[in-house]
Amino acid sequence: MAGRGFDVALTVGPRETVAVMGPNGAGKSTLLAVIAGLLRPDNGRAELNGRTLFDLSPGRSRWTPPHHRGTALLAQEPLLFPHLNTLENVAFGPRSAGVAKHQARADAVRWLAEVEAQELHDRRPAALSGGQAQRVAVARALAADPGLLLLDEPMAALDIHSAPLLRRLLKRVLADRPAIIITHDVLDALMLADRVVILEGGRISEEGPTREVLERPRSTFAAGLAGLNLIPGTLTRDGLRTTGGQTVAGHIEDPSPAGEGERAAVAVFPPSAVSVFLDDAHGSPRNYFEVTITDLEPHGDLIRVRAGSLAADITPAASADLGLAPGLPVHFVVKAMAVAIYPA
Amino acid sequence: MSRQAYSGIPRWIYAVAVLAALVVVLPLLAMVARVNWANFLPLVTSESALSALGLSLRTSAASTVLCILLGVPLALVLARGRFPLQGLLRSLVLLPLVLPPVVGGIALLYTFGRQGLLGSSLEVLGLQVAFSTTAVVLAQTFVALPFLVVSLEGALRTGGERYEAVAATLGASPGRVFRRVTLPLVLPGLASGAVLSFARSLGEFGATLTFAGSLQGVTRTLPLEIYLQRETDPDAAVALSLVLVAVAVAVVALAYRRPGGHAGRASTQRTTAAAAPVGNAA
Repeated sequence: MAGRGFDVALTVGPRETVAVMGPNGAGKSTLLAVIAGLLRPDNGRAELNGRTLFDLSPGRSRWTPPHHRGTALLAQEPLLFPHLNTLENVAFGPRSAGVAKHQARADAVRWLAEVEAQELHDRRPAALSGGQAQRVAVARALAADPGLLLLDEPMAALDIHSAPLLRRLLKRVLADRPAIIITHDVLDALMLADRVVILEGGRISEEGPTREVLERPRSTFAAGLAGLNLIPGTLTRDGLRTTGGQTVAGHIEDPSPAGEGERAAVAVFPPSAVSVFLDDAHGSPRNYFEVTITDLEPHGDLIRVRAGSLAADITPAASADLGLAPGLPVHFVVKAMAVAIYPA
Repeated sequence: MSRQAYSGIPRWIYAVAVLAALVVVLPLLAMVARVNWANFLPLVTSESALSALGLSLRTSAASTVLCILLGVPLALVLARGRFPLQGLLRSLVLLPLVLPPVVGGIALLYTFGRQGLLGSSLEVLGLQVAFSTTAVVLAQTFVALPFLVVSLEGALRTGGERYEAVAATLGASPGRVFRRVTLPLVLPGLASGAVLSFARSLGEFGATLTFAGSLQGVTRTLPLEIYLQRETDPDAAVALSLVLVAVAVAVVALAYRRPGGHAGRASTQRTTAAAAPVGNAA
């Protein structure tokens, strides 16, 4: 499908949950709105269980309206209908599908039990806490029996006490149904998704099984999610040559014979492998980066020293000894052993 | 120690504000002072007064129903539709708010009157609109419709379309979304719009007199009766005016009551927007 600077091809398996991650404004919500039928792209095509959601290739114009798509949308806010009580909210989907009133209520009771909200039947949405309301919203979306569940940062508006409960709940209900979940949280991707898609600037920059993407990131964004340093460049015999011409030594994984031309590759290493020095102390095979500190921030028991796109984790004592402060030029030093280099 | 927030209002502002309040309240007090209480009941229950009051209530109720039936779709289209010349249509629909009602009456006359645009065709069908009770209802609808449209359009805009979008992804057809989501959510706005339309209809004078005339029991509504009595029986005019003031107070109380519970989707803003042009009633 394509729109204004938006070009994404995505397939979701019948029992698969796909996490869509990416920086703000990357087009994640646009993707869901297009699938749900709330936004009409200029061209493109989508199918769900063999039914065409839309086909706007040149010369064709098929558009299924949102209410015939079976793609329930769960947003950051629960958006429960304020004039209906909890039970009526959950029964809304079945009633819309033409299910008889008593049957729809029975369905609603069952789904409310499924999300551990059975005691909230008669409550108005205004009388629910944020976590309760979002659980009821999950029940409402599932009661509509969607062919594909779309979740747009469902945990983002919840406090730290409600989020884990909802995450566990989603893990249970998403296990055997197709879903796309937008999230900023690596934990959501790890716990809920089988596969992760990184969306940057309206395009997919990286995708794969969640663990693989986090262990071997190929994009700067995925490396950031995994908490790793990533330097892009091209593969050479000795390591990786950056765009600035510097050679990064490291452990080259998959050293397949270099074909024609240069192969794009990335060098990846954890911030914990980086040492910080005020002057260059050459020694065993090491990589040196002359950088300027941009930020210092607490990171667990350590101090994370940020310098542009690179980061180093050092102890507070070391940071105090060195007198680190933003604006200070320093050397980041990484042993070649700690650097993984692989094709991007 | 009283916890009073800093208001930042200069003292002289209070003086001007009191003056402004007097502009509104003093004439009403002056009128109340002139009420002939001894004869109040006989005056407001005379045959002509009761006939005028009954006609006013019946026609205002009918025009309010018309305003709802016609105004809800119009407000929905103006608030959420997308079509060319939408802004122009909105301005035209709101025109009766600022138009002198007598001009509205003349416009209606040249539409539905015997010589009017539609009048001759209607006459072929055996329908004569001008100078009938139907004309009263039409005149009232003409001046009152913008009140309902403005208040409802405001409610629809501030509410946004997020609930409607969610309802659609849950499988609700546009018709069902309208009945089960949109209408219930804007019900407070619709109610205050209807109350204001009713009040505007009740006070309608200029367009009614021009387009419908002043026939007792047929087109002579309460404001027309008051105007007529003013010449011959000022006591009756004052007494009937007091009745209209009482109705107006009740209407304002209804339209401005604090929204309670879940029904509070920005209804204060709505009534404010709608109530601004009330001064045109006459």
